[in-house]
Amino acid sequence: MVAENSLTLHKCDIAIVGAGIAGLRAALETSSSNVAILTKVYPHRSHSASAQGGISAALGNEEEDSWEWHMFDTVKGSDYLADQDAVEIFARDAPRALYELEHMGVPFSRNASGKIAQRPFGGHTKNFGEKPVKRACYASDRTGRAILDTLYEECMKQNIKFYPEFFATSLLMDGGNCVGLTAYEIATGEMHTFQSKATVLATGGCGMIFKTTSNAYATTGDGLALAYHVGVPLEDMEFIQFHPTGIYKLGILITEAARGEGAILKNGKGERFMERYAAVLKDLAPRDVVSRSILLEIREGRGVNNSDYVNLDLSHLGRDRIEERLPDLSSFAKTYLGVDVATEPISVAPTCHYLMGGIPTDSEGRVLGEKGAVKGLFAVGECSCISLHGANRLGTNSLLDLVVFARRTGKAILDYLENARLETLPEDQIQNASKQIHDLIDSKGNERVHQLRKEMRTVMHDKCSVFRDEKNLDDALKAVRRLRERCQNVRLEDKGSNFNQEIVETLELSFMLDLSEAIIVSATVRKESRGAHYREDFPNRDDKNFLKHTLVSRSPDGPKISYKPVVITRFQPKSREY
Amino acid sequence: MKCNFRVFRYDPSKNEEPYYRDYEVEADPRDRILDCLNTIRWEQDASLVFRWSCAHGVCGSDAIRINGICALACQKLVGDYKSPNFLIEPIPVFPVVKDLVVDMEPFFSKYRLVKPYLINPGDTPTTERIQTPEERELIDDTIKCISCACCTASCPINIAINKNYIGPAALVKAHRYIYDSRDTATKDRLILLDSNDGA
Repeated sequence: MVAENSLTLHKCDIAIVGAGIAGLRAALETSSSNVAILTKVYPHRSHSASAQGGISAALGNEEEDSWEWHMFDTVKGSDYLADQDAVEIFARDAPRALYELEHMGVPFSRNASGKIAQRPFGGHTKNFGEKPVKRACYASDRTGRAILDTLYEECMKQNIKFYPEFFATSLLMDGGNCVGLTAYEIATGEMHTFQSKATVLATGGCGMIFKTTSNAYATTGDGLALAYHVGVPLEDMEFIQFHPTGIYKLGILITEAARGEGAILKNGKGERFMERYAAVLKDLAPRDVVSRSILLEIREGRGVNNSDYVNLDLSHLGRDRIEERLPDLSSFAKTYLGVDVATEPISVAPTCHYLMGGIPTDSEGRVLGEKGAVKGLFAVGECSCISLHGANRLGTNSLLDLVVFARRTGKAILDYLENARLETLPEDQIQNASKQIHDLIDSKGNERVHQLRKEMRTVMHDKCSVFRDEKNLDDALKAVRRLRERCQNVRLEDKGSNFNQEIVETLELSFMLDLSEAIIVSATVRKESRGAHYREDFPNRDDKNFLKHTLVSRSPDGPKISYKPVVITRFQPKSREY
Repeated sequence: MKCNFRVFRYDPSKNEEPYYRDYEVEADPRDRILDCLNTIRWEQDASLVFRWSCAHGVCGSDAIRINGICALACQKLVGDYKSPNFLIEPIPVFPVVKDLVVDMEPFFSKYRLVKPYLINPGDTPTTERIQTPEERELIDDTIKCISCACCTASCPINIAINKNYIGPAALVKAHRYIYDSRDTATKDRLILLDSNDGA
C-alpha cells in the first residue's frame, strides 16, 4: 500500500523524464545545474539502444555531399509537411553534432582513411534526388547502443543524478506553468514529488499502441500523455511510421542499413518489386513508400508462400561483409528465425516504428501550448514534434534529431534558469496523484489490463495503421472509447508495493488509450494521403486543404482539432516521386 | 507443446524464505522464454515480476537463470532446449528485490569504478579524430557489451570467493577504453585495476 501523505520531495533545477539519447544529451548540456533524470527502466536500457543503422550528416567522407541536399531530402521525405526552418537548423548542425559525438568517444566504424565511415540509407540522395548518397554514419548495426552507452558513461563522469525505475505519473501545473512532477517509484511503491524550475519530457514514442512493433515494451508514450493531460495539444499524431522490414510476426527491426548495403526485397514470385514503385531509388525509397509497396504486393497475392510477408535477400552480399557491417541483424535472424542470412532470405513485414508527431515545440525544445510556450516545460526526442519529420521520417534522421535538438534545448534551459525559481507546488494535484494509485489498488473492477491492452493493440493495427479509411477509423474510435471505459474498471491482482508491475502497466495502458483516441481523431480529419498517413478514401495529397499541421487537444467533449501552418522556406511542395 | 516452469518466488516484504512455484504453459518451440514468462504473468499469476523491455537482446534488462545458466530470457527459445521442463531463477551474486528482479546497483558501482569514459585532455580537432579500421577493430568486441550482467553473475570468483571482485563486465568496459586508440589514460587505467579485487 502507498501510505497517505508519504510523498518524498526532491528539489532540483531540472527534472528530465527519460534517459534515452535525448534525455542524456539534454542532461549533459545542463550538468552545471542541479539535474535529476527519472527513467522507468535503467538508463542503460532505454529504447534508443535499439537504433541500428546509422545517424546522418553530410560529412562527405565517402563522396561529395552537402547540407542542402540533406535538407531537401528531409523535406521531400516529410512529404513537405516538415517545418523547413527547423530542418535547416538540423541539416546545417549535423556535421558539428557528429564530430561532437566522436570527440565524446562514440566508437563509429571507420573508412580506410580513418574517418567516420558512411553508407547509403533510404531517401538520402545526391544533388536533390539524383541517386543514393553515402550519408549515414554508423557503428556497425548498433549505432544507437554505441551512442547511448557513450552518453550514459559521460553522465557517470559528470556525476549526474539518476532515479532509475521511477515512473512519472503527472505534471504539476501552476497557472499554466509547469512547476514539477509526481512519480511512482517502482521498487518501493512510494510516491515522489519533484519540484523543478524546468521539466523536460524525453520519453520517446508510443509504438506499443500497435500489435506489431519494433519498439520496446517500455515505449508507451508516457510523456505525450502527461503533456496532453495538462492541456498541451499534440501535433500531427496521425503520422505513425511503419518500418518496412520487421521480422515477420515478431516485429523486431531489421535495419534499413541492410538495403543500404545492397539487400533486396523480393515478393513471392522472386521479383524485385520495388523497381515498379520507385524507379530511381528502388529498395532505398523512403519507408512510407516501401511499407505501402510491400503491403500492396501482399494484398495482390504476391506475398511469399501466399502469406502476408515478403523476403529480404542479403545472400549476394557475402558472409564477411554481413559479419562486419550487419552483425546484429545476422544474429537476430539466426536466433529468432533460425535463418543464416548469408544463404537464406529473411521473412519481413512492416512493423510500427516511429511517431513523427508529438508534443509541439519550437527549435529550442520549449513546449508550445494553446497560448504560446508553456513556462518551465520542454520536450526533446521522439515525443517532441518540432516539426522536423513532417509526414514521414527518413532513416538515420531520428538519432541526429536527438543530439541536435537536445543540445539546443539544454542551452535554452540554462538561459531560462537564470531568471527562474522553484514555485509553490499545488497540493491538490499532488494529493490527486497519490489518490490515483490508491484507487487503482483498491479497485473492485473485473477487467484485466493485459486483455484490454491486447484488444487496443489489435484494433489499432487492424483499423488505423498503414491503410486507413473513414469506416475503419470510426470503428476504431468506438472500440477505443469502449476500452477506455473498461479501463476504469481494471482489477489488480498484485496489491503489493514492492515492484508492482501491474500498477505501471495499468497507468501505461490508460496513457496509450488516450493517445490512441488522439491518433484516430487526427487521422479522421486529415482527408488526404500524405507520407505515412494513407487514406484509401482520399488517396491523393491535397495541399490546398491540408498543407498544415494537425493539433489535437483534450476537452470535456472529447478531442478538439485545430491547425497551424507549415513553415516553407527553400523548397516549395512538389509531387513526390522516387 | 506443454512446458513446465518451476519459478523462483520471493517477496521480502511477505515471505521469510524464497520458494518455487510451478506453472504450465502451452508454448510453440519458436516462443521465447520471455514469452512464456509473460504468458504466466498475464494469464495465470500477475504477481510474478521480472524486468524486460526490448525483447530482442539489445536492452539487457531480462537476464535470468534458466536451468542454472544465466541468459537473456528474450534470446532463448523454448525449442533451444531438449526438455520442456524449465527451472527459472534470478541471476546469482546480486540481492533479490522480488522474484526474478535483482538489485543492479552493485553491478553499476563496479562499472563506474573503471572510469568508463574517454579520457583525452589534448586538443580536440575541428573534425573527427582519425582512427584506422585496424585500431577500431581492437574495440569491436568490447563495445558489444550491453551490461546485462550475465557474465558477472556467472563468474565463479564472484559467486564463491570474492563478491568484491570487479568482475568480467567491468573489465570488459576497462578493456574497451584501454584499447581505444583515442584514449590517453592507459597507465592510470591499469593502476586502477591493479588490486586484489581487480585483475
